[in-house]
Amino acid sequence: MLLEYTAIAAFIIVTAAIGFIAIGLGMLFGPKKSTDKKAMPYESGMNPIGPGTRRMPVHFYLIAVLFILFDIEVVFLLPYAIAFRQLGLFGLIEMLIFIVILLVGYFYAWKKGALEWE
Amino acid sequence: MTFALLIEWLIKGFVLVLVLLGGFAYLTLYERKALARIQVRIGPNRAGPWGILQPIADAIKLIFKEELIPAKADKLLFILAPVVTLVPALVITAVVPWGSEIMMFGRVITLYIADINVGVLYIMSVASIAVYGVVLAGWSSNNKYAMMGGLRSSAQMISYEMSLGLAFISAIMLAGSMRMLDIVEAQRTLWFVLLQPVGTAIFLIATLAEVNRPPFDMPEAEQELTAGYHVEYSGMKFALLFMAEYDKMIAISAIGATLFFGGFRGPFVDTYPWLGPIYMLLKLVILLFGMIWVRATFPRIRYDRLMAFGWKVMLPLSLAIVFITAAGILLAEQVNPLLIWTVPALSLLAGVFTIAMIDRELRRKEYARA
Repeated sequence: MLLEYTAIAAFIIVTAAIGFIAIGLGMLFGPKKSTDKKAMPYESGMNPIGPGTRRMPVHFYLIAVLFILFDIEVVFLLPYAIAFRQLGLFGLIEMLIFIVILLVGYFYAWKKGALEWE
Repeated sequence: MTFALLIEWLIKGFVLVLVLLGGFAYLTLYERKALARIQVRIGPNRAGPWGILQPIADAIKLIFKEELIPAKADKLLFILAPVVTLVPALVITAVVPWGSEIMMFGRVITLYIADINVGVLYIMSVASIAVYGVVLAGWSSNNKYAMMGGLRSSAQMISYEMSLGLAFISAIMLAGSMRMLDIVEAQRTLWFVLLQPVGTAIFLIATLAEVNRPPFDMPEAEQELTAGYHVEYSGMKFALLFMAEYDKMIAISAIGATLFFGGFRGPFVDTYPWLGPIYMLLKLVILLFGMIWVRATFPRIRYDRLMAFGWKVMLPLSLAIVFITAAGILLAEQVNPLLIWTVPALSLLAGVFTIAMIDRELRRKEYARA
Protein backbone atom coordinates (compact mmCIF):
# COMPACT_ATOMS: atom_id res chain seq x y z
CA MET A 1 0.00 0.00 0.00
CA LEU A 2 2.81 2.37 0.91
CA LEU A 3 4.26 1.74 -2.55
CA GLU A 4 1.24 3.40 -4.16
CA TYR A 5 1.75 6.53 -2.09
CA THR A 6 5.41 6.60 -3.06
CA ALA A 7 4.24 6.58 -6.68
CA ILE A 8 2.06 9.60 -5.93
CA ALA A 9 5.02 11.34 -4.26
CA ALA A 10 7.11 10.72 -7.38
CA PHE A 11 4.29 12.17 -9.46
CA ILE A 12 4.10 15.28 -7.26
CA ILE A 13 7.85 15.82 -7.74
CA VAL A 14 7.48 15.52 -11.53
CA THR A 15 4.59 18.02 -11.65
CA ALA A 16 6.31 20.54 -9.38
CA ALA A 17 9.46 20.25 -11.51
CA ILE A 18 7.41 21.00 -14.65
CA GLY A 19 5.91 24.04 -12.95
CA PHE A 20 9.26 25.46 -11.85
CA ILE A 21 10.83 24.74 -15.25
CA ALA A 22 8.03 26.66 -16.97
CA ILE A 23 8.49 29.66 -14.65
CA GLY A 24 12.26 29.45 -15.15
CA LEU A 25 11.83 29.48 -18.94
CA GLY A 26 9.74 32.61 -18.72
CA MET A 27 12.29 34.32 -16.47
CA LEU A 28 15.13 33.27 -18.78
CA PHE A 29 13.68 34.45 -22.09
CA GLY A 30 11.39 37.33 -21.12
CA PRO A 31 12.67 40.92 -21.27
CA LYS A 32 13.23 42.58 -17.89
CA LYS A 33 12.63 46.29 -18.16
CA SER A 34 10.48 47.11 -15.17
CA THR A 35 9.52 50.74 -14.59
CA ASP A 36 7.56 52.40 -11.79
CA LYS A 37 4.50 52.67 -14.01
CA LYS A 38 4.68 48.99 -14.94
CA ALA A 39 5.03 47.90 -11.31
CA MET A 40 1.90 49.80 -10.26
CA PRO A 41 -1.18 47.73 -9.38
CA TYR A 42 -3.30 47.32 -12.49
CA GLU A 43 -6.70 48.93 -12.19
CA SER A 44 -7.66 49.40 -15.83
CA GLY A 45 -5.38 52.43 -16.22
CA MET A 46 -6.59 54.37 -13.18
CA ASN A 47 -4.19 55.36 -10.41
CA PRO A 48 -4.95 52.98 -7.55
CA ILE A 49 -6.69 54.49 -4.52
CA GLY A 50 -6.00 53.05 -1.08
CA PRO A 51 -4.14 49.88 -0.14
CA GLY A 52 -4.32 46.72 -2.24
CA THR A 53 -5.09 44.29 0.55
CA ARG A 54 -7.89 45.55 2.71
CA ARG A 55 -10.23 44.10 5.30
CA MET A 56 -12.54 41.50 3.88
CA PRO A 57 -16.30 41.37 4.51
CA VAL A 58 -17.18 39.29 7.56
CA HIS A 59 -19.63 37.25 5.51
CA PHE A 60 -16.79 35.24 4.01
CA TYR A 61 -15.81 34.06 7.51
CA LEU A 62 -19.40 33.02 8.17
CA ILE A 63 -19.45 30.96 4.98
CA ALA A 64 -16.14 29.35 5.98
CA VAL A 65 -17.50 28.38 9.42
CA LEU A 66 -20.68 26.94 7.91
CA PHE A 67 -18.53 25.09 5.40
CA ILE A 68 -16.58 23.41 8.19
CA LEU A 69 -19.84 22.30 9.81
CA PHE A 70 -21.23 20.69 6.66
CA ASP A 71 -17.95 19.37 5.34
CA ILE A 72 -17.56 17.44 8.60
CA GLU A 73 -20.96 16.00 7.84
CA VAL A 74 -19.71 14.85 4.43
CA VAL A 75 -16.66 13.34 6.10
CA PHE A 76 -18.87 11.42 8.54
CA LEU A 77 -21.00 10.17 5.66
CA LEU A 78 -17.97 8.67 3.90
CA PRO A 79 -17.41 5.69 6.26
CA TYR A 80 -21.16 5.19 6.38
CA ALA A 81 -21.22 5.01 2.56
CA ILE A 82 -18.78 2.11 2.71
CA ALA A 83 -20.37 0.22 5.61
CA PHE A 84 -24.10 0.86 5.13
CA ARG A 85 -24.74 -2.54 3.53
CA GLN A 86 -23.68 -4.25 6.76
CA LEU A 87 -25.43 -1.76 9.03
CA GLY A 88 -28.82 -2.21 7.35
CA LEU A 89 -31.98 -0.50 8.54
CA PHE A 90 -30.46 0.46 11.91
CA GLY A 91 -27.68 2.39 10.19
CA LEU A 92 -30.12 4.10 7.84
CA ILE A 93 -32.25 5.39 10.73
CA GLU A 94 -29.19 6.46 12.63
CA MET A 95 -27.90 8.40 9.64
CA LEU A 96 -31.32 9.98 9.23
CA ILE A 97 -31.18 11.21 12.85
CA PHE A 98 -27.67 12.57 12.27
CA ILE A 99 -28.74 14.46 9.14
CA VAL A 100 -31.85 15.83 10.85
CA ILE A 101 -29.77 17.20 13.74
CA LEU A 102 -27.55 18.99 11.23
CA LEU A 103 -30.55 20.20 9.26
CA VAL A 104 -31.87 21.93 12.38
CA GLY A 105 -28.68 23.98 12.46
CA TYR A 106 -28.92 24.51 8.72
CA PHE A 107 -32.44 25.96 8.89
CA TYR A 108 -31.44 28.08 11.89
CA ALA A 109 -28.58 29.57 9.85
CA TRP A 110 -30.94 30.06 6.91
CA LYS A 111 -33.61 31.85 8.98
CA LYS A 112 -30.95 33.96 10.70
CA GLY A 113 -29.97 35.20 7.24
CA ALA A 114 -26.48 33.69 7.21
CA LEU A 115 -27.02 32.51 3.65
CA GLU A 116 -28.18 35.89 2.31
CA TRP A 117 -25.83 38.24 0.50
CA GLU A 118 -26.44 41.96 0.51
CA MET B 1 10.76 -1.31 -4.26
CA THR B 2 13.22 -1.85 -7.04
CA PHE B 3 15.10 0.65 -9.13
CA ALA B 4 13.17 -0.42 -12.24
CA LEU B 5 9.88 0.33 -10.48
CA LEU B 6 11.05 3.82 -9.59
CA ILE B 7 12.04 4.47 -13.21
CA GLU B 8 8.65 3.16 -14.33
CA TRP B 9 6.83 5.56 -11.98
CA LEU B 10 8.87 8.52 -13.12
CA ILE B 11 8.31 7.69 -16.79
CA LYS B 12 4.59 7.11 -16.23
CA GLY B 13 4.28 10.35 -14.29
CA PHE B 14 6.18 12.23 -16.97
CA VAL B 15 4.04 10.75 -19.75
CA LEU B 16 0.83 11.60 -17.88
CA VAL B 17 2.03 15.17 -17.31
CA LEU B 18 2.91 15.50 -21.00
CA VAL B 19 -0.50 14.12 -21.97
CA LEU B 20 -2.20 16.60 -19.65
CA LEU B 21 -0.13 19.53 -20.93
CA GLY B 22 -0.79 18.53 -24.54
CA GLY B 23 -4.43 18.08 -23.59
CA PHE B 24 -4.44 21.59 -22.11
CA ALA B 25 -2.94 23.06 -25.28
CA TYR B 26 -5.43 21.38 -27.54
CA LEU B 27 -8.33 21.98 -25.16
CA THR B 28 -7.80 25.73 -25.61
CA LEU B 29 -7.92 25.24 -29.38
CA TYR B 30 -10.94 22.94 -29.07
CA GLU B 31 -12.74 25.50 -26.95
CA ARG B 32 -11.96 28.38 -29.32
CA LYS B 33 -13.02 26.35 -32.35
CA ALA B 34 -16.22 25.11 -30.71
CA LEU B 35 -17.15 28.57 -29.40
CA ALA B 36 -16.45 30.04 -32.84
CA ARG B 37 -18.66 27.48 -34.54
CA ILE B 38 -21.47 28.09 -32.06
CA GLN B 39 -21.21 31.83 -32.76
CA VAL B 40 -21.04 31.25 -36.56
CA ARG B 41 -17.36 32.21 -36.83
CA ILE B 42 -14.44 30.16 -38.10
CA GLY B 43 -12.05 30.46 -35.16
CA PRO B 44 -8.25 30.22 -35.29
CA ASN B 45 -7.20 29.03 -38.76
CA ARG B 46 -3.93 30.82 -39.55
CA ALA B 47 -1.24 28.85 -37.71
CA GLY B 48 -0.97 25.56 -39.58
CA PRO B 49 -3.81 23.68 -41.25
CA TRP B 50 -7.12 24.29 -39.38
CA GLY B 51 -5.11 26.26 -36.82
CA ILE B 52 -3.61 23.16 -35.21
CA LEU B 53 -0.32 24.96 -34.49
CA GLN B 54 -2.11 27.81 -32.67
CA PRO B 55 -1.46 26.46 -29.10
CA ILE B 56 2.27 26.16 -29.87
CA ALA B 57 2.36 29.72 -31.21
CA ASP B 58 0.59 30.90 -28.03
CA ALA B 59 3.07 29.07 -25.81
CA ILE B 60 6.09 30.52 -27.60
CA LYS B 61 4.60 34.00 -27.41
CA LEU B 62 4.03 33.65 -23.66
CA ILE B 63 7.60 32.42 -23.03
CA PHE B 64 9.03 35.58 -24.62
CA LYS B 65 6.71 37.98 -22.79
CA GLU B 66 7.95 40.30 -20.06
CA GLU B 67 6.98 39.17 -16.57
CA LEU B 68 5.92 41.95 -14.24
CA ILE B 69 5.91 41.69 -10.48
CA PRO B 70 3.95 44.51 -8.81
CA ALA B 71 6.06 46.71 -6.55
CA LYS B 72 4.29 45.91 -3.28
CA ALA B 73 3.54 42.26 -4.05
CA ASP B 74 4.67 39.45 -1.75
CA LYS B 75 7.37 38.23 -4.16
CA LEU B 76 7.82 34.68 -2.90
CA LEU B 77 4.12 33.86 -2.73
CA PHE B 78 3.52 35.67 -6.01
CA ILE B 79 5.98 33.38 -7.80
CA LEU B 80 4.93 30.29 -5.85
CA ALA B 81 1.16 30.68 -6.35
CA PRO B 82 1.04 29.46 -9.99
CA VAL B 83 2.95 26.31 -9.05
CA VAL B 84 0.71 25.76 -6.01
CA THR B 85 -2.29 26.02 -8.34
CA LEU B 86 -0.84 23.76 -11.01
CA VAL B 87 0.39 20.87 -8.86
CA PRO B 88 -3.01 19.80 -7.39
CA ALA B 89 -4.65 20.19 -10.81
CA LEU B 90 -2.21 17.64 -12.24
CA VAL B 91 -1.76 15.43 -9.17
CA ILE B 92 -5.50 14.81 -8.84
CA THR B 93 -5.33 12.62 -11.95
CA ALA B 94 -2.94 10.16 -10.27
CA VAL B 95 -5.75 7.84 -9.15
CA VAL B 96 -7.85 8.05 -12.33
CA PRO B 97 -7.51 4.76 -14.22
CA TRP B 98 -7.07 5.19 -17.98
CA GLY B 99 -7.28 1.44 -18.53
CA SER B 100 -6.54 -1.76 -16.64
CA GLU B 101 -3.07 -2.98 -17.59
CA ILE B 102 -1.17 -3.62 -20.80
CA MET B 103 1.97 -5.55 -21.69
CA MET B 104 4.78 -3.35 -22.89
CA PHE B 105 8.57 -3.93 -23.09
CA GLY B 106 8.09 -7.32 -21.40
CA ARG B 107 6.58 -5.70 -18.30
CA VAL B 108 3.01 -5.38 -17.12
CA ILE B 109 2.30 -1.65 -17.15
CA THR B 110 -0.73 -0.41 -15.22
CA LEU B 111 -2.49 2.51 -16.83
CA TYR B 112 -2.76 4.55 -13.65
CA ILE B 113 -0.20 6.09 -11.33
CA ALA B 114 -1.56 4.71 -8.08
CA ASP B 115 -4.34 2.34 -7.09
CA ILE B 116 -5.17 3.37 -3.53
CA ASN B 117 -8.18 2.05 -1.65
CA VAL B 118 -9.35 5.56 -0.69
CA GLY B 119 -9.22 6.96 -4.22
CA VAL B 120 -12.32 9.14 -3.92
CA LEU B 121 -11.14 10.55 -0.59
CA TYR B 122 -7.82 11.39 -2.23
CA ILE B 123 -9.63 13.24 -5.01
CA MET B 124 -11.69 15.23 -2.51
CA SER B 125 -8.67 16.24 -0.45
CA VAL B 126 -6.52 17.25 -3.42
CA ALA B 127 -9.44 19.22 -4.88
CA SER B 128 -9.62 21.17 -1.61
CA ILE B 129 -5.91 22.04 -1.81
CA ALA B 130 -6.53 23.65 -5.20
CA VAL B 131 -8.27 26.55 -3.42
CA TYR B 132 -4.99 27.65 -1.82
CA GLY B 133 -3.26 28.59 -5.07
CA VAL B 134 -6.12 30.83 -6.16
CA VAL B 135 -6.36 32.57 -2.78
CA LEU B 136 -2.58 33.04 -2.56
CA ALA B 137 -2.44 34.42 -6.11
CA GLY B 138 -5.17 36.90 -5.26
CA TRP B 139 -3.74 37.94 -1.92
CA SER B 140 -0.07 38.25 -2.88
CA SER B 141 -0.75 40.53 -5.85
CA ASN B 142 -1.54 43.55 -3.64
CA ASN B 143 -4.40 44.47 -5.94
CA LYS B 144 -8.02 45.05 -4.87
CA TYR B 145 -9.52 43.24 -7.81
CA ALA B 146 -7.18 40.29 -7.48
CA MET B 147 -8.00 39.98 -3.78
CA MET B 148 -11.75 40.18 -4.37
CA GLY B 149 -11.40 37.53 -7.05
CA GLY B 150 -9.45 35.27 -4.68
CA LEU B 151 -12.00 35.76 -1.89
CA ARG B 152 -14.99 35.12 -4.11
CA SER B 153 -13.29 32.11 -5.56
CA SER B 154 -12.53 30.57 -2.17
CA ALA B 155 -16.08 31.09 -0.90
CA GLN B 156 -17.56 29.70 -4.10
CA MET B 157 -15.29 26.67 -4.23
CA ILE B 158 -15.88 25.65 -0.62
CA SER B 159 -19.63 26.16 -1.01
CA TYR B 160 -19.90 23.82 -3.97
CA GLU B 161 -17.39 21.38 -2.56
CA MET B 162 -20.01 19.94 -0.20
CA SER B 163 -22.44 19.17 -3.01
CA LEU B 164 -19.55 17.69 -4.96
CA GLY B 165 -18.57 15.51 -1.99
CA LEU B 166 -22.15 14.32 -1.54
CA ALA B 167 -22.37 13.48 -5.26
CA PHE B 168 -19.18 11.44 -4.82
CA ILE B 169 -20.80 9.68 -1.87
CA SER B 170 -23.78 8.60 -3.98
CA ALA B 171 -21.35 6.99 -6.44
CA ILE B 172 -19.39 5.35 -3.59
CA MET B 173 -22.63 3.90 -2.19
CA LEU B 174 -23.59 2.40 -5.54
CA ALA B 175 -20.15 0.84 -5.97
CA GLY B 176 -19.59 -0.07 -2.31
CA SER B 177 -15.94 0.98 -2.51
CA MET B 178 -13.77 4.10 -2.67
CA ARG B 179 -11.25 2.45 -4.98
CA MET B 180 -11.50 3.89 -8.49
CA LEU B 181 -10.95 0.51 -10.18
CA ASP B 182 -13.78 -1.03 -8.11
CA ILE B 183 -16.08 1.83 -9.08
CA VAL B 184 -15.30 1.25 -12.76
CA GLU B 185 -15.76 -2.49 -12.29
CA ALA B 186 -19.17 -1.95 -10.62
CA GLN B 187 -20.34 -0.16 -13.77
CA ARG B 188 -19.66 -3.18 -15.98
CA THR B 189 -23.34 -3.73 -16.71
CA LEU B 190 -24.90 -0.37 -15.91
CA TRP B 191 -23.43 3.12 -15.78
CA PHE B 192 -24.16 5.02 -12.57
CA VAL B 193 -25.58 7.91 -14.59
CA LEU B 194 -28.63 5.71 -15.20
CA LEU B 195 -28.94 4.69 -11.55
CA GLN B 196 -28.31 8.15 -10.16
CA PRO B 197 -29.13 10.77 -12.85
CA VAL B 198 -29.71 13.59 -10.36
CA GLY B 199 -26.42 12.83 -8.58
CA THR B 200 -24.67 13.09 -11.94
CA ALA B 201 -26.39 16.41 -12.65
CA ILE B 202 -25.30 17.73 -9.23
CA PHE B 203 -21.76 16.57 -9.95
CA LEU B 204 -21.69 18.30 -13.34
CA ILE B 205 -23.07 21.60 -11.98
CA ALA B 206 -20.77 21.58 -8.92
CA THR B 207 -17.71 20.92 -11.09
CA LEU B 208 -18.52 24.00 -13.18
CA ALA B 209 -18.40 26.04 -9.96
CA GLU B 210 -15.35 24.18 -8.70
CA VAL B 211 -13.21 24.93 -11.77
CA ASN B 212 -14.61 28.50 -12.10
CA ARG B 213 -16.12 27.91 -15.50
CA PRO B 214 -18.94 30.02 -16.90
CA PRO B 215 -21.71 30.53 -15.86
CA PHE B 216 -20.00 30.38 -12.43
CA ASP B 217 -16.83 32.28 -13.40
CA MET B 218 -17.36 35.00 -10.79
CA PRO B 219 -13.71 35.01 -9.61
CA GLU B 220 -12.63 36.15 -13.06
CA ALA B 221 -15.61 38.25 -14.12
CA GLU B 222 -13.89 40.43 -16.73
CA GLN B 223 -16.40 43.25 -16.58
CA GLU B 224 -16.26 43.87 -12.84
CA LEU B 225 -12.93 42.46 -11.61
CA THR B 226 -10.91 42.97 -14.84
CA ALA B 227 -9.60 39.40 -14.56
CA GLY B 228 -9.92 38.42 -10.91
CA TYR B 229 -7.11 36.67 -9.11
CA HIS B 230 -4.70 36.58 -12.06
CA VAL B 231 -4.98 40.24 -13.06
CA GLU B 232 -1.33 40.95 -12.15
CA TYR B 233 0.11 37.84 -13.76
CA SER B 234 1.82 37.90 -17.13
CA GLY B 235 4.00 35.68 -19.27
CA MET B 236 4.67 32.12 -18.17
CA LYS B 237 3.19 32.64 -14.69
CA PHE B 238 -0.13 33.55 -16.30
CA ALA B 239 0.27 30.54 -18.60
CA LEU B 240 0.64 28.29 -15.53
CA LEU B 241 -2.54 29.65 -13.93
CA PHE B 242 -4.36 29.22 -17.22
CA MET B 243 -2.94 25.73 -17.59
CA ALA B 244 -4.07 24.80 -14.08
CA GLU B 245 -7.59 25.94 -14.90
CA TYR B 246 -7.83 23.88 -18.08
CA ASP B 247 -6.11 20.86 -16.55
CA LYS B 248 -8.66 21.03 -13.74
CA MET B 249 -11.35 20.84 -16.41
CA ILE B 250 -9.71 17.77 -17.94
CA ALA B 251 -9.13 16.14 -14.55
CA ILE B 252 -12.64 16.72 -13.28
CA SER B 253 -14.12 15.45 -16.54
CA ALA B 254 -11.97 12.34 -16.24
CA ILE B 255 -13.21 11.85 -12.68
CA GLY B 256 -16.81 12.35 -13.80
CA ALA B 257 -16.34 9.85 -16.61
CA THR B 258 -14.89 7.35 -14.13
CA LEU B 259 -17.53 7.80 -11.43
CA PHE B 260 -20.70 8.04 -13.50
CA PHE B 261 -20.02 7.16 -17.15
CA GLY B 262 -18.30 3.79 -16.87
CA GLY B 263 -14.68 4.99 -16.89
CA PHE B 264 -12.50 3.15 -19.38
CA ARG B 265 -15.12 0.45 -19.90
CA GLY B 266 -16.65 -0.08 -23.30
CA PRO B 267 -17.18 -2.86 -25.83
CA PHE B 268 -14.22 -5.29 -26.24
CA VAL B 269 -12.11 -3.58 -23.58
CA ASP B 270 -11.56 -6.90 -21.78
CA THR B 271 -9.92 -8.52 -24.81
CA TYR B 272 -8.07 -5.42 -26.03
CA PRO B 273 -6.93 -3.45 -22.95
CA TRP B 274 -5.43 -0.65 -25.06
CA LEU B 275 -8.99 0.38 -25.99
CA GLY B 276 -9.39 1.73 -22.45
CA PRO B 277 -7.57 5.05 -22.97
CA ILE B 278 -9.42 5.53 -26.29
CA TYR B 279 -12.85 5.15 -24.63
CA MET B 280 -11.71 7.45 -21.85
CA LEU B 281 -10.61 10.06 -24.40
CA LEU B 282 -13.94 9.85 -26.24
CA LYS B 283 -15.87 10.35 -22.99
CA LEU B 284 -13.59 13.26 -22.08
CA VAL B 285 -14.16 14.97 -25.43
CA ILE B 286 -17.93 14.67 -24.98
CA LEU B 287 -17.93 15.91 -21.36
CA LEU B 288 -15.60 18.81 -22.23
CA PHE B 289 -17.86 19.77 -25.11
CA GLY B 290 -20.68 19.98 -22.57
CA MET B 291 -18.64 22.49 -20.51
CA ILE B 292 -17.84 24.59 -23.60
CA TRP B 293 -21.45 24.47 -24.73
CA VAL B 294 -22.61 25.73 -21.33
CA ARG B 295 -20.13 28.60 -21.60
CA ALA B 296 -21.47 29.57 -25.01
CA THR B 297 -25.08 29.39 -23.89
CA PHE B 298 -25.54 30.78 -20.38
CA PRO B 299 -24.78 34.29 -19.11
CA ARG B 300 -22.79 34.65 -15.88
CA ILE B 301 -25.05 34.57 -12.82
CA ARG B 302 -24.98 37.10 -10.00
CA TYR B 303 -22.78 36.30 -6.99
CA ASP B 304 -25.56 36.31 -4.38
CA ARG B 305 -27.61 33.98 -6.58
CA LEU B 306 -24.60 31.75 -7.08
CA MET B 307 -24.11 31.36 -3.33
CA ALA B 308 -27.85 31.00 -2.72
CA PHE B 309 -28.02 28.28 -5.36
CA GLY B 310 -25.11 26.43 -3.78
CA TRP B 311 -26.39 26.62 -0.21
CA LYS B 312 -30.16 26.60 -0.57
CA VAL B 313 -30.65 24.30 -3.56
CA MET B 314 -27.64 22.08 -4.16
CA LEU B 315 -26.90 21.18 -0.54
CA PRO B 316 -30.39 19.99 0.52
CA LEU B 317 -30.92 18.24 -2.81
CA SER B 318 -27.62 16.37 -2.62
CA LEU B 319 -28.32 15.34 1.00
CA ALA B 320 -31.69 13.98 -0.14
CA ILE B 321 -29.98 12.15 -3.00
CA VAL B 322 -27.54 10.45 -0.64
CA PHE B 323 -30.37 9.33 1.61
CA ILE B 324 -32.46 8.06 -1.33
CA THR B 325 -29.47 6.13 -2.68
CA ALA B 326 -28.81 4.46 0.68
CA ALA B 327 -32.50 3.55 1.19
CA GLY B 328 -32.90 2.27 -2.38
CA ILE B 329 -29.83 0.04 -2.23
CA LEU B 330 -30.90 -1.40 1.13
CA LEU B 331 -34.37 -2.14 -0.29
CA ALA B 332 -32.83 -3.84 -3.33
CA GLU B 333 -30.48 -5.96 -1.23
CA GLN B 334 -32.98 -7.09 1.37
CA VAL B 335 -36.29 -7.31 -0.54
CA ASN B 336 -35.95 -7.55 -4.31
CA PRO B 337 -33.04 -6.63 -6.65
CA LEU B 338 -35.47 -4.91 -9.03
CA LEU B 339 -36.18 -2.31 -6.35
CA ILE B 340 -32.83 -0.69 -7.25
CA TRP B 341 -34.87 1.31 -9.77
CA THR B 342 -36.49 3.19 -6.90
CA VAL B 343 -33.17 5.10 -6.69
CA PRO B 344 -33.43 6.85 -10.09
CA ALA B 345 -37.21 7.20 -9.76
CA LEU B 346 -37.14 8.88 -6.34
CA SER B 347 -34.07 10.94 -7.30
CA LEU B 348 -35.79 12.29 -10.38
CA LEU B 349 -38.84 13.04 -8.25
CA ALA B 350 -36.64 15.01 -5.83
CA GLY B 351 -35.01 16.82 -8.76
CA VAL B 352 -38.35 17.77 -10.30
CA PHE B 353 -39.62 18.92 -6.89
CA THR B 354 -36.53 21.14 -6.49
CA ILE B 355 -36.99 22.69 -9.92
CA ALA B 356 -40.66 23.33 -9.13
CA MET B 357 -39.69 25.03 -5.84
CA ILE B 358 -37.16 27.28 -7.64
CA ASP B 359 -39.77 28.14 -10.24
CA ARG B 360 -42.32 29.00 -7.55
CA GLU B 361 -39.80 31.19 -5.71
CA LEU B 362 -38.85 33.04 -8.89
CA ARG B 363 -42.52 33.61 -9.78
CA ARG B 364 -43.17 34.97 -6.30
CA LYS B 365 -40.25 37.41 -6.65
CA GLU B 366 -41.54 38.44 -10.08
CA TYR B 367 -44.99 39.02 -8.61
CA ALA B 368 -43.58 41.04 -5.68
CA ARG B 369 -41.66 43.26 -8.08
CA ALA B 370 -44.59 43.87 -10.45
